[in-house]
Amino acid sequence: MLHTLTVLVENSPGVLARVAGLFSRRGYNIDSLAVGRTEDPEVSRMTIVVDGDDRVLEQVTKQLHKLVDVIKINDITADEYVDRELVLIKVNADHSQRVEVIQICDVFRARIVDMGRKTLTLECTGNHGKINALEETLRPYGIKELVRTGKIAMVRGTKNTGYQDIGTKEEN
Amino acid sequence: MEITAAQALVQCLEKEQVELVFGYPGGTILPVYDALHDSAIKHVLVRHEQGAVHAADGYARATGRVGVVVATSGPGATNLVTGIANAYMDSVPLVIITGQVSTGMVGTDAFQEVDTTGITMPITKHNYLAKDAAQLPRMIKNAFYIAATGRPGPVLIDLPKDMAETKIKFQYPETVYLRGYKPTFRGHPNQIAEAAKLIAQSERPVIYAGGGITSSRSSAELLALAETINAPVTNTLQGLSSFPGDHPLFLGMLGLHGTRAANLAVTNCDLLIALGARFDDRVTGKISEFAPQAGVIHVDVDPAEIGKNVPVHVPIVGDVKQVLQELLPRLEKRTDPSWLEQVSTWKQEYPLRYEVEGMLKPQYVVEKLDEITGGQAVVATDVGQHQMWVAQYYRFRRAGGLISSGGLGAMGFGLPAAMGAQIGLPGEQVILVVGDGGFQMTMQELGTIVEQQLPVKIIIFNNSVLGMVRQLQKVYYEGRYTAIDLKFNPDFAILAQAYGIKGYTLRSKEEVDTLLPQALTEPGPVLINCLVSAEEWVSPMVLAGKSISEAIDC
Repeated sequence: MLHTLTVLVENSPGVLARVAGLFSRRGYNIDSLAVGRTEDPEVSRMTIVVDGDDRVLEQVTKQLHKLVDVIKINDITADEYVDRELVLIKVNADHSQRVEVIQICDVFRARIVDMGRKTLTLECTGNHGKINALEETLRPYGIKELVRTGKIAMVRGTKNTGYQDIGTKEEN
Repeated sequence: MEITAAQALVQCLEKEQVELVFGYPGGTILPVYDALHDSAIKHVLVRHEQGAVHAADGYARATGRVGVVVATSGPGATNLVTGIANAYMDSVPLVIITGQVSTGMVGTDAFQEVDTTGITMPITKHNYLAKDAAQLPRMIKNAFYIAATGRPGPVLIDLPKDMAETKIKFQYPETVYLRGYKPTFRGHPNQIAEAAKLIAQSERPVIYAGGGITSSRSSAELLALAETINAPVTNTLQGLSSFPGDHPLFLGMLGLHGTRAANLAVTNCDLLIALGARFDDRVTGKISEFAPQAGVIHVDVDPAEIGKNVPVHVPIVGDVKQVLQELLPRLEKRTDPSWLEQVSTWKQEYPLRYEVEGMLKPQYVVEKLDEITGGQAVVATDVGQHQMWVAQYYRFRRAGGLISSGGLGAMGFGLPAAMGAQIGLPGEQVILVVGDGGFQMTMQELGTIVEQQLPVKIIIFNNSVLGMVRQLQKVYYEGRYTAIDLKFNPDFAILAQAYGIKGYTLRSKEEVDTLLPQALTEPGPVLINCLVSAEEWVSPMVLAGKSISEAIDC
């Protein structure tokens, strides 16, 4: 089963290598990993989608906790949350196909961000399923190039999985 | 006043009350060596960096203090890798300082450059690359704290040469604040109450005690627990010497080469009290048949060890010493003799044994050592058959008396580890038992032993083969012995003499009886080359994939 973890880490050099190395050497499967800094420039937030049963997840969480640079881990799989991926797709679209592709683009609420002589470049955000559906729909036209980010996620409502509730350096 | 970061580093070590460091100099670490020149901190010059890190490991195990290692970049750092991994696997607190090429050269494949933090990432508890000289004192403060607290382990600081030479305003931080590192020391009171309840309900409890007892120095609490609830105690290899080897409740080591009594007691117990142990595969054998009828109480400072290999009924995360101190007042004295009678029947029925006739037997030498020292010596071992014979036949009566490479099983550990232990415990009898194979992996440290005037007694079990590998080939490969012959060994007694160390060669029981007691009381280092039978097997043995209750005789 896929689990979504949000992991707050120190924004220090090598932290991504530490986390990625931990997954590979202990044989855990990362489905996707996205990382970027948070509202606090000293803290980065990773959204990690990991495949495994409850026992594997327990180990993943415990082993991640052992990394000194890992500040906080939340498994939000069971929570209500918003999640998004971003994709850029360069798809074949000559004169005869251009209108169709633009229509597809509208349906998926994607945006055209660049245009070539025979191609269109689309930008789309959405959850995993929506991005997959867009990709499948455009495939018959010939996808020249595709890049997508890992998933980022945030719990709905006022519940906080951010760093505020773990205290700052001054408080401690 | 501004000083260089290298000088600051040395002052940090002084603030951490480091009395000595083990090391080997080289180009990029020279600023640190220059700063050491003016310091009271003693530097022990080893003959190979692996010797430094194993020695620091032996020192840390013997004294309970953090071992400190200094080495240069590139080959200096890579030579440390085995020793760092060893300390990581056995949870030994070390702080390792490596030189690195200057920051401007990092990443250019410069002379003696390797990615030290990258290489050591999976074998350190944490590591740092000091890219900002001003942050170095903070890093060192953190490093000592991380190494010694929670589940101990090695922490490495990689120090580029230009950073070491940068002037900084020195101030050693008073406190540590790491928001991502907060080890749990106190066990949860409800869980401790739950454990007490389970113990009261149990009829056939067994205590399974590991290296956590040794590293938290809680042998007294372990003894009190065992005697209060009248439960037999078995040790892992790392746990040996945490419980008196001659105590009636002692079962010996469990697992692959454990005693049958220990393995049968665990297999038949209804409650397994695991203390600072991690259910390693060499302990459990076939995991589904390990303690199959037992409820499990697992106390460990590392939450990731709990539930990793076996399901646990009462998990307690905390320092085993503190947990035991809180558990003990909740327990009632138990006196029911039936389980202990059963256990003692197994002990009588399946004692450890070997044939005394014929060539000198290694087991006999260990028994003799036990007799002469009264189990009070600090015994370091290398890895292999001799290690198992020490584990089986030496009845440790001094807490922390065994220093051995368990998790990594690193041949070459013994000699430098014994050296480090002797440096840490100058007045005590430190004995190394080592095979002829492992001895030759790090025997260059004889030079360090002489230089430091360490009275280590080195006992080589010399059977001119790689005995444990040979045993595996006998059992699993129909005796097709490949690459195990060491018949071109030098004469180790003469080798010792070349270093100015007294060397003896013992060939028989009688020579052991007369010469061993004498050799052990010599004031300086002594090497005792025991020519022992190669036809000796570590027995009993649990075959791969079998339950520990099904050991065979080898």
